[in-house]
Amino acid sequence: MTAFGTAAGRPLQGRGGSPGFRFTLYGAVAVVIMYLDQRAHYLEPLRYALQAAAYPIQLAVNSPPAAWRWIRESFQSRDALRAENEALRRRQRDLELMTMRYEALAHENGELRGLRAALPPVADRWLPAEIINIQLSGLRQRLLINRGASNGVFKGQAVLDDRGLIGQTTHVGPWSAEVILITDPEHAVPVRLERTGLRTIAVGGGDGSSLALPYLPANADIRRDDLLLTSGLGGVFPDGYPVARVSEVHRDAVQPLAQVRAIALSHINSDAEVMLVWFRPGHPAAPAATASSAADVKNGNAAMQPLAASPRAPAARSSAPASPTPAPGKAAEEAAPPDDGPAAAAPAAERGDSPTPPAERPAEPSPPRQPP
Amino acid sequence: MTVGQVRGRMALTALVALILTVLPLPVWLDVFRPAFLVLTVLYWSINTPRAGGIGLGFLCGLLLDIFQGRVLGEHALALALIAYIAVREHQRIRSKPAFQQSLLVFAALVFYEFVVFAIDGWTGHPATSPLRWVHCLTGALVWPPAAAMLSYGESRYT
Repeated sequence: MTAFGTAAGRPLQGRGGSPGFRFTLYGAVAVVIMYLDQRAHYLEPLRYALQAAAYPIQLAVNSPPAAWRWIRESFQSRDALRAENEALRRRQRDLELMTMRYEALAHENGELRGLRAALPPVADRWLPAEIINIQLSGLRQRLLINRGASNGVFKGQAVLDDRGLIGQTTHVGPWSAEVILITDPEHAVPVRLERTGLRTIAVGGGDGSSLALPYLPANADIRRDDLLLTSGLGGVFPDGYPVARVSEVHRDAVQPLAQVRAIALSHINSDAEVMLVWFRPGHPAAPAATASSAADVKNGNAAMQPLAASPRAPAARSSAPASPTPAPGKAAEEAAPPDDGPAAAAPAAERGDSPTPPAERPAEPSPPRQPP
Repeated sequence: MTVGQVRGRMALTALVALILTVLPLPVWLDVFRPAFLVLTVLYWSINTPRAGGIGLGFLCGLLLDIFQGRVLGEHALALALIAYIAVREHQRIRSKPAFQQSLLVFAALVFYEFVVFAIDGWTGHPATSPLRWVHCLTGALVWPPAAAMLSYGESRYT
């Protein structure tokens, strides 16, 4: 422990000033960097370059698990491979059966809405990305994926897997991007209930698989096993992608709000690959990407604000008739929280009796949700 | 050992510590992962106070910010701060037996985590889980073997 014994007795001055001076210097630099990064967003190019520099280390760190996976895969027995093949074939058959009537249904849907032709699917193209690194703790739930700006990935892009929503990109480097998961405590995703059309916001629960719905009134019509879909508000995720399934609903007599938890449908722990999705611009169900560009940048991404919805919203919603079948269009219209008023109110006139209210929302920018 | 040699060892050990810090671990184990990079910075600040522990702390902190996607400068400030304290008090810390050193390291880690916690709060990313403090304890436990490992081979050069 007594290394460098000869230097111990000497005074510290000599190289590069006293420790106090050096600390003041570095501390000031750190504070300035923090200010620039947090408030002014001047450091995106620096972050981009540093992320590029960090990429080799991240790849190296990931290599032992990747090598282990490769070894395990290449020594898989013939029987296991056959079983997997069989399962995949069965799954493909099921999926084909499910999509057999897709064309007809899409056409019929278009006719019902008075469109001349069926709309093309909202997802324009997608790109599989490999997970390089996973940070899962109670505080942060992030992924690092091996696609970046050189593949056309942009900040705030939706990331899915084959079962549901995973998250969105936060920092994009040239060959890698960081993804914040929907289960991160700092992430909030606007959702609607598939059964009733009730809209609310799902905040990450922080334990790797659960989400909380903290803004629902105690008398909201929500049950166990209700499916949550993206609502299309917020400007990041398009409408109608599965997010989570409600796992528990507590209604406490003294609490004005219901305590609802949901389990994310995506399997982040077992995935090795995720999908980056580009959406067709101008499609009615596409997220209004422009909404989150100019006005939002100063205050960060609205979809990531921890206090995304104003607490007043559920109170106004509590009077909504949450009956599922008779007039879902009306129910959803009234259930719209007041802070997305302009977007929800404008198309209300022509929406009137439509059976699928949120899907036909025109692509006008939804207002960014500000923290109260 | 010349300052150049010390700097080389610093960079090497910091790289190893960084890899240990970002190595993917299962969730339950991740809570207990000691802050290896912080321990490394502390070690060099205490044992070679003239070789630039504060600058090392700043650079390592910047790397941590990049790897963890935090606000740039957050860990840099916290690490520069505890490196400064360690450099100032290096003679007192160095003369203590291992157990007392561990206690001091524990205090330093708690202080470091508190600074990060405070900056987290100010920048609008509050994470108030008590689990974030667990690594201070494991870091203090790991300190004696880690310091012994970092000083390995030093006597050959001095």
